[in-house]
Amino acid sequence: MKLNNGFRNNTLILIWLWLALFALLPLCMIVLESFSTHQTPQPTLTEFTLDNYRFLINTAYFMVFEKSLLIAGSVTLLCLLLGYPFAYIVARMNDTVKNYLILFVIIPFWTSSLIRSYALIAILKTKGILNSILLSLGIIHQPLAILFTNYAVILGLVYNLLPFMILPVLTNIERLDYRLVQAARDLGANWLITFVRIILPLTMPGIIAGSILVFLPAMTIFYIPDILGGAKSILLGNLIQNQFLIAHNWPLGSAISTLLTLILVALVLIYWKMTRSNKKSEWL
Amino acid sequence: MKMSYLSLIYFFFYMPIFILVLYSFNNAHYSLVWHGATWHWYQALFNDYDLWIATWHSLILGVLAASAAMIIGLLTATILYRYEFFGRYLLNGLLFVMILSPEIVMGVALLILFTTIQLPLGFISLLLSHISFCIPFVVVTIYSRLVGIDKNIFEAAKDLGATDWIVFTRILVPLVAPALLASWLLSFTLSLDDVIISYFVAGPEFEILPLRIYSLVRSGIKPELNALCSVLFVITCALVILSQLALRKPKTSEIN
Repeated sequence: MKLNNGFRNNTLILIWLWLALFALLPLCMIVLESFSTHQTPQPTLTEFTLDNYRFLINTAYFMVFEKSLLIAGSVTLLCLLLGYPFAYIVARMNDTVKNYLILFVIIPFWTSSLIRSYALIAILKTKGILNSILLSLGIIHQPLAILFTNYAVILGLVYNLLPFMILPVLTNIERLDYRLVQAARDLGANWLITFVRIILPLTMPGIIAGSILVFLPAMTIFYIPDILGGAKSILLGNLIQNQFLIAHNWPLGSAISTLLTLILVALVLIYWKMTRSNKKSEWL
Repeated sequence: MKMSYLSLIYFFFYMPIFILVLYSFNNAHYSLVWHGATWHWYQALFNDYDLWIATWHSLILGVLAASAAMIIGLLTATILYRYEFFGRYLLNGLLFVMILSPEIVMGVALLILFTTIQLPLGFISLLLSHISFCIPFVVVTIYSRLVGIDKNIFEAAKDLGATDWIVFTRILVPLVAPALLASWLLSFTLSLDDVIISYFVAGPEFEILPLRIYSLVRSGIKPELNALCSVLFVITCALVILSQLALRKPKTSEIN
């Protein structure tokens, strides 16, 4: 493959130029912007300051951070608890059935999460479908106020992000050599020990990939808290959106975005550490 | 037991959408009670001029973004698969991180970029952004198809005197054609549905469908909106199913 390298070189130039211009450069600009002062609308390093970060730690914004981490953490845990058994059952099915079952998880993975969140409103409203059913069954006597609470936000996030947990975990479980499980059972390990010592460690890369795909969007899909949580519900995504488009405090918004990127980098490093032997990114 | 758990999850996934579609036919403005079926809300959509404009904008954007992303992604997947070069792991890693990174970070990053280079927000900024967020998905889709191909085919072609370009156009592209189609459809769907990145890089002169839906959704439930969301869901659903059919693993005889 040494002869005709024009094709390779031109492609390399094209993709690196594109990524440098529309991925790396903008990311550097966010970091620069996060150290600049409020007056400058464009990133400049003439006035270097740490004030934006200091501001985040000292004020009420920090509470948004805490709340976002708490909600995103609960959502990730719920997705894992719901998604892992689901993925495990589906992975052990025969191929024909499995293909169809996976297809019906892929559909919500790719279709608009805004539309699917909107669909939840009719169900969660005070006079909505859920309350009507519960009332008519006599389970509750007062309609539950679910919409515009944190529970609605958590439910909406789990509803939207569950496929993002299921698919990487499923891919991982499919690659699991089931003979290892049988061997453990033959050697006298009970179901719990087999799961904790064999299955769980071997599927950890899938769990981590799924958790990254759930955790970060859970903090940053701003329209779900916006339409399901009401005005009180502010997560990191809403905070960034506010700083950029309403408060026009871009440096502060950039500081939050930079912190998010750092969280991402930390999670990716953990993921890479766990999958060093497995170079292909086949988790989608 | 297992089946009932699976059913429960699928019920959770699809019930809200089913109800949405059902109510888009309900002959009543506010009520949740069924008042008989009607096409009325769909007719209202059909007569909404602004909506057609936004739809048209989204279609142009989607087609151009998906096509450009498909070409760039195909070339990138090809060099990642066929060549060793300096920075290969870096490129791989960067694309991987782009898929994982929260959309909002990409949105504000591009907003800062476009403001700095003084590119007015509108069609061009949207197009550049949409191409950028589609590229990594195209690369992953095509790359995973490429790894299933017998590398000897390319060696044979080169032995017989084919240049890299001939190998690419005559052998590699036809072999990955299904993945190419799938990646185009998925990119088109992503572009058609994207709210977060578009929200930051769109301008007032070029309204697109997902942002229009978002502003409607914020004002609450309306039967026309039910109809609009149903239409869009059914269309994107069809695109996703088509893409998955294209990606079905071929029988070994088809590869060789």
